[in-house]
Amino acid sequence: MSSFLNMLPFAPIDALLVVPGVAALLLTLIPQYRLGARVNMLASGITFLFALTLLIERPDPTVSFLFVDDLNVVFVVLGTFVGFTTSIFSASYIGHEIEIGRLKPGYIRFYHGMYQALSFSMNLGLTANNVGLMWVAVELATLTTVLMVGLYRTQAALEAAWKYFILGSVGIALALFGTILIYMAARPVIGEGHDAMVWTSLIANAPKFSPELLNVAFVFLMLGYGTKVGLAPLHAWLPDAHAEGPTPISAVLSGLLLNVALYALLRFKMLLAANPLAVAPGPLLVTLGLVSLIFAAFMLYLRRDIKRLFAYSSIEHMGLIAFAFGMGGPLANFAGLLHMTMHSLTKSAIFFAVGQVAQVKGTQKIADIRGLTESHPTLGWSLIVGVAAIAGLPPMGIFTSEFLLVSSTFARQPLLAIPLVIGLLLAFGALIWRLTGIAFGKPSPSVVDAGRHPSMLPLIIHLVLVLIAGLYLPGPLVAWFQNVARMLG
Amino acid sequence: MERFSLDAAHLLAGGMVLVSFMMLYQNRILGLLNVFAAHAVVLSLSVAWQAYVQSAPHLFVTAAIALILKAIIIPVALHHMVLRLGVHRDIETVGGIGPTMLMGIGLVALSMVVMLPAAAEADPIAREDLALALSVILLGLLMMVTRQNAISQIVGFMSLENGLVLAATGARGMPLVVEISVAFSVLVAFIVIGVFLFRIRERFDTIDTQALDDFREGRE
Repeated sequence: MSSFLNMLPFAPIDALLVVPGVAALLLTLIPQYRLGARVNMLASGITFLFALTLLIERPDPTVSFLFVDDLNVVFVVLGTFVGFTTSIFSASYIGHEIEIGRLKPGYIRFYHGMYQALSFSMNLGLTANNVGLMWVAVELATLTTVLMVGLYRTQAALEAAWKYFILGSVGIALALFGTILIYMAARPVIGEGHDAMVWTSLIANAPKFSPELLNVAFVFLMLGYGTKVGLAPLHAWLPDAHAEGPTPISAVLSGLLLNVALYALLRFKMLLAANPLAVAPGPLLVTLGLVSLIFAAFMLYLRRDIKRLFAYSSIEHMGLIAFAFGMGGPLANFAGLLHMTMHSLTKSAIFFAVGQVAQVKGTQKIADIRGLTESHPTLGWSLIVGVAAIAGLPPMGIFTSEFLLVSSTFARQPLLAIPLVIGLLLAFGALIWRLTGIAFGKPSPSVVDAGRHPSMLPLIIHLVLVLIAGLYLPGPLVAWFQNVARMLG
Repeated sequence: MERFSLDAAHLLAGGMVLVSFMMLYQNRILGLLNVFAAHAVVLSLSVAWQAYVQSAPHLFVTAAIALILKAIIIPVALHHMVLRLGVHRDIETVGGIGPTMLMGIGLVALSMVVMLPAAAEADPIAREDLALALSVILLGLLMMVTRQNAISQIVGFMSLENGLVLAATGARGMPLVVEISVAFSVLVAFIVIGVFLFRIRERFDTIDTQALDDFREGRE
């Protein structure tokens, strides 16, 4: 295997950028929808395979501007996997949108090109060994998703894209200021120039940085990247962007983009944790996480749009993950990592289902979607499994991570566990209440005949993985996550 | 000479804060664009001065980008757009000039209180410049919050980015890649926004973002 890898003209890690980059250019030249969708799938699949090779062999960090360690390889493999399955879902979903005339065929080149550009910028953000480059990548990812959210050109879609763009840009601007402050803190220790922005030298020298500057920098970085994570009260863009864009983009936003911003936040948290005099970043993350959790749990009860419902559920879960990493320690970090992985898989699976539901029922209004298990049994039951998983019912993987998080919080900070459990129960109630209405009862009329068979494969693969993780976590994976959890401190 | 170079740098950075305040009370769009152009000119002077003081020739490129792109091309393009859309006569409700100015003063005080002690270990030029740059950033944010017109929000965002460039050039030896990226992102942002404006125009015949807000779910 590794001899085969050595024969390639470029390193596997560069392929994570080269493949989506070339595909993005190629796809903007392909006007046929079917061919474009296939190339999109193929490129995403190849990117995923190259990401897998990183598990076997890592590049030398001194020769490249990219680097791989135990932390980001988790994000890269998860991200490229969700990117690949979403491209399969996207092929059937977008095909239907063209048939019903909701999407003009002319936008397809643009859509596919942007899909690969997003993949490129996310891989760059996750593997960049330079905090400036990471910032550029996150900015690029924001711009590509803004354009895709506005794809339908409806009033609501334009408003969502505009709001996302303005809030995202402000967030990203604050993050840049934080990055500049990190450079200022590093310069007296490391010296002027490029090295003072390279991640590996930053973390090695972090104990000698000025703690005051690091503190201020972290506040800006947390507000900036926190906006992109969707933590309340900076979440305003997230529900609109999820609801109004094409559903594959909702799946990619929840499953991938939020994770990339979270990754950036975790990196800087590690930097602060390495400096003994700097303020502990944990309590800040815990507070934001709890606020997001409780706020989103209440908002779930008020939603009338099915995609918005699950967008608020994403805010809730990102809050939980931020809470877990804020608590820190081996067990809570482990729970956070597991929860992030499970959430990405489950939430994108739910959006795969929701996209098809919205297509067969011709609406996103929860009130108009009834009796899904009767009219579309496969779709209805997979949605039930997905929602049961995201609500935290055993035996799915999210139950495991939430259980770990709650029990470790009870052991260390019983007072914090109370709002945590309240938030979890509130969200659970809201999701189950909404689900019974959608899944059971007298079916509402469908606009698509039953003869159409969209691809259920990505949905089922995701849910099976989540189920397996809930029943049995393989030993090497556990050891891996434990190692990363120790790294995060 | 050392003393003078410090004073000049502070004077130029302080000038940017002053121009930011001038933007806060412009209630006509064309006036706002003119003041924004002045903002970019002061930025470019400040960056050029930093390039000279730090003897870092690559910063002159950043200064040139600021001058050509932000002080000339973008204001002129926005000027045309405003005339084409026919919104140049509109008077914007700024939400009370007095309170906005007071809030602005509060934000400048805040950034001084936060940055001066925090950056005490960095060299003095950078320390003061960072505090002033943060003031410019916060004033840009304030402008985006108090305005409802899409073009005014864009101008607020660009003045915020000017503050970022000021901070980045004040940080001695900051790699060029970041400065170029900032300039580049402004360009990209501008294109994106331009695209949006035209689509918004197609659909709504207004560029008042308040009109767009009516589609939010909370008001359904």
